[in-house]
Amino acid sequence: MTTPLLTVDHLRIEAGRTGLVVVDDVSFAIERGEFLAVVGESGSGKTAAARAILGLLPPGLRRAGGRIRLDGEDLATVAPNRMRALRGRSVGMVFQEPMVSLNPAISVGAQMAEGLALHETLTKREIKCRCLDMLARVQIRDPEHTFNAYPHEFSGGMRQRIMLASVMLLKPKLLLADEPTTALDTLSQREVLDLMVELARDHGTSVMLITHNLGLVSRYAQRAVVLRQGRVVETGSVRQILSAPREAYTRQLVDALPRRRAAAPRRAAGEALMSVRGLKVSFCGRQRLFRRDAGVAAVNGVDLDIGAGETVAVVGGSGSGKTTLGRAMLRLVPAAGGEIRFQGRDVTAHDRAFRLAAQLVFRDPYSSLDPRMRVGEIVAEPLRHVAGLSVTERNKRVAGMLDEVGLDGFAERWPHELSGGQRLRIAIARAIVRHPSFVVADEPVSALDMTIQAQVLKLFERLQAQYGFACLFISHDLAAVEQVADRVVVMQGGRIVEQGTRDDVFDRPQHDYTKALLAATPVLDFAGPANMRASG
Amino acid sequence: MRWRANTIIGGALIALLLGTAVTAAFWTPFDPLRINLKARLQQPSSMYWLGTDEFGRDVLSRLMAGASASVVVALATVVLAVCIGVVVGGVAGYLRGWTDRIIMAINDALLAFPGILLALAVMIVIGANKSGLVLALGLAYIPSVARVVRGTVLSIREKEYIEASRVIGNSEFYSMVRHVLPNAVAPVAVLATSMFGWVLLAESALSFLGLGVPPPAPTWGNMLAASRPYMETAAWLSIAPGLCIALTLLGINLLGDSLRDRLDPRMAHG
Repeated sequence: MTTPLLTVDHLRIEAGRTGLVVVDDVSFAIERGEFLAVVGESGSGKTAAARAILGLLPPGLRRAGGRIRLDGEDLATVAPNRMRALRGRSVGMVFQEPMVSLNPAISVGAQMAEGLALHETLTKREIKCRCLDMLARVQIRDPEHTFNAYPHEFSGGMRQRIMLASVMLLKPKLLLADEPTTALDTLSQREVLDLMVELARDHGTSVMLITHNLGLVSRYAQRAVVLRQGRVVETGSVRQILSAPREAYTRQLVDALPRRRAAAPRRAAGEALMSVRGLKVSFCGRQRLFRRDAGVAAVNGVDLDIGAGETVAVVGGSGSGKTTLGRAMLRLVPAAGGEIRFQGRDVTAHDRAFRLAAQLVFRDPYSSLDPRMRVGEIVAEPLRHVAGLSVTERNKRVAGMLDEVGLDGFAERWPHELSGGQRLRIAIARAIVRHPSFVVADEPVSALDMTIQAQVLKLFERLQAQYGFACLFISHDLAAVEQVADRVVVMQGGRIVEQGTRDDVFDRPQHDYTKALLAATPVLDFAGPANMRASG
Repeated sequence: MRWRANTIIGGALIALLLGTAVTAAFWTPFDPLRINLKARLQQPSSMYWLGTDEFGRDVLSRLMAGASASVVVALATVVLAVCIGVVVGGVAGYLRGWTDRIIMAINDALLAFPGILLALAVMIVIGANKSGLVLALGLAYIPSVARVVRGTVLSIREKEYIEASRVIGNSEFYSMVRHVLPNAVAPVAVLATSMFGWVLLAESALSFLGLGVPPPAPTWGNMLAASRPYMETAAWLSIAPGLCIALTLLGINLLGDSLRDRLDPRMAHG
């Protein structure tokens, strides 16, 4: 057996000022051509460990001990010059946020060429030729045009492909991928990762995939390292870790994967609570000097009924119009046509009773809370509109609601002091403190870690059972949808292409788009990567 | 809560300034207006700590008396400009559409004039006195406050927590007062502190042109202006008020920064 490509030995990373240990005694190795997954939640030190390999720890963190050997070379002792030569050339990195990791002011081609010009001696033409080849390789439709285009012209998935292309151009021995697809929808996620695996295999590159998504681990990786609070919990083959976890924490991670619960006997769908007919929303085209460009129909003729207490999930890729549908149903964006009936009457944006009875849980718990209000004030705010509530009653209700979402005693805190999961709980508390009868949840859990996701989904289900509100659950994460939904609506290009009960849609999908979505959803698959290769 | 260096230094400088201004109302070493031609242009000595000016007036006494005049003018001007600017900019950002366009067209037209020129024009109409000065400088600085407030309001009202407030059922006006304006405090606070500096300088400039606080009443600005012919022979005449203006600006800026951080709950532990 040859020596591994990368060995990390007793790595220890500390925060410089406070001496807090971020990574503690972490050791692992990556063989040549291997696909290793590093699994952990936020704060587990997985990103810090990866950055230490590149010698790019963020300011404030420093390596306090341990060795990192790449191809026999000790990265801890190499001169900065040599380290710079290794970066990109031997170790490439793909970052999490495709929206911000490409420089918006430089054309795609120039950014790709940077690395080649730095590490190899090639003529301009050769560089361009190689870039175009690589762009074609990552299935960008028009490489020539892309080469001269700027990052803002591309979607997240396309940008991540461009990122991947520019990193793989240098044929690195090791590719570090830090949550490369967390910000993407299921379909693009599948495409980007499949490409990554393919390119890595062609170039003999080893991959270190950092992720919190066990489904991806089971689909792509051969071995996995589980990190928690900076320590290695478990190392082993993916099959062993997922099917027979040795440690309690790993088991907890595996259990946190959304599972389908038995279809509960739902009350018979009588009168629909919300009923939408022919709903159309279009966004205005750009205002030119004398005319307006043609608008884009984000939602194009949607019919949808939601019964009282029912959870209807809307799934679809980015740009399918699912978020716009949710907002239009709350009359937050003006509709271009169609009608929305709530409890049998037609509602407009100025319908007070409707506004008070229908609420929204926002996608991003970081930006939907006013940073200058305390948690208690945030949850109390909707109660302003409940008539005849005394201050004591109001405070009691707020305290009760906070207790309900598991944040007892948080009333005096500020939003910035809370974690993402806690903020989402606040957002949920704010939405239901007034006991609405209809709640739209817009991708509520997509920004959260797996175990937190599981807790929040469970909380949401419990609250729904308790307060009996109907819910429109918007998500691209089919696994989460499978857990909470009664009925599923699949959207593509602003239209509903399929709808049915959860079991029907998941087990007997009719439309091709639904089938593609289902196929792209990473599920725990104990057959491991071999299976993926066969199908890919 | 930690006391940071800039809070302490800024606070000390401003406390010193205010203390001086208050003391000067009751006591100064000499009468700041008393002319003593026998003691013209004396160097700093144990008798006249900061020397005397061309009329033999004690510079320290004049500085102390000038402190209150300068500070009152600058403070009143900033308060006036911020209050009106916030209302104008807030209304424009809140109503948007045609109201916004008209308000901002006027605002930008005013902004196109150098502030000092605008103030000059107003001073000529009103006449040179303290309240006229405040009004003139206030008018000159309203447009920049209005611009900043409008921009901030426009960007904040697109935030998700503003939409969240709308979903809850709050009126637009309530959202504006409760959510938008408090979050617009930081840029306005920064602007207000730097404006304090500009106003001090503008007051000096107007006094220099004979349109500020009329002589013989001392302000730092007209002292600085009067010292110009003697710059080479009696440097203390310019150094003393110049240093006062510089230190006051430093103090105000340091205090402004720490105030902005204090007002932001996110920075409270920083």
